[in-house]
Amino acid sequence: MRTLLIALLALFAVPLAAQDSLPPAPYANRQIEDPALEAKAQELMETIRCLKCQSQTISDSDAPMAGDMRSQIRMRIATGEHPEVIRAWLVERYGDYVSYSPRITSLTWPLFALPVVLIALSLLLLRRRFRGKGDAS
Amino acid sequence: MSEGQKASRWALWLPLAIFAGFIGLAVSGLLWPADRNVASTMIGKPLPQFELPAAVPGRPGLSTADFTDGKPRLLNVFASWCIPCALEAPQLSQLEAAGAEIHAVAIRDRTEDVSLFLKRYGNPFTRIGKDDISAVQLGIGSSGVPETFVIDGSGIIRYQHIGDIRPEQVPMILEKLKEAQR
Repeated sequence: MRTLLIALLALFAVPLAAQDSLPPAPYANRQIEDPALEAKAQELMETIRCLKCQSQTISDSDAPMAGDMRSQIRMRIATGEHPEVIRAWLVERYGDYVSYSPRITSLTWPLFALPVVLIALSLLLLRRRFRGKGDAS
Repeated sequence: MSEGQKASRWALWLPLAIFAGFIGLAVSGLLWPADRNVASTMIGKPLPQFELPAAVPGRPGLSTADFTDGKPRLLNVFASWCIPCALEAPQLSQLEAAGAEIHAVAIRDRTEDVSLFLKRYGNPFTRIGKDDISAVQLGIGSSGVPETFVIDGSGIIRYQHIGDIRPEQVPMILEKLKEAQR
């Protein structure tokens, strides 16, 4: 009964649970003054996954945590840090999942190898088929 | 000729087999959904350098140095606006009663809200740092609240528990804490 009650309460509490009332971090919704740096930050933010809304990038997401991530990225880019260094910093903490720009690793190499294999296979099949036709005619 | 016919008869079933495969994949995805928690990859690595101000008047703030005196501790990442954090409170009190020292980081929170939360649900924390921009949270690879980390005596992250600690998980957390002592 108590579990049921908690479950019921949790059902109503979900929209509340995901929010806080603090104002966003300084650079969550504000651009860096230098447009060149902002462009760099934007490019990185579009390839970093929001950990709260996992199908969005942090530049798309309204989650407070995504705002904090944007703010941190902008502040670090503003101090001259390279975007790929920040990406590596995030990957070190959350694994490859946090990045939308896949690396070739022992786990992901089939993704890159498979298209090459399929193209080679289809070329082979096509060649056999066209040869077969040539023989028949 | 007959050999070619045999091959084509076999190939006739291929689309159906592929379709059945897709159905199987979809059903297995529905029955056993993937784990969507993003685990920290900081296990075995030292805590990042940080120094947070106190979240409430009654407890001091929190810095990396508070974890490097040889005693293993728990680091609880929580927020007053987080409902599961309130559900977890009795378990944290239980851990404290069992001798665990718990430091906490309050994520994106107001002093008065944290005070109210602690008054309502109890205060098992020795130190509470105030993290308004999730800097420490991002630094330790935590992706939500609540999360509890086991930190060994030299400030190395040994274990991450994602989500609220359930009553039945208290002994397991204590065991992890004991393991960190070695």
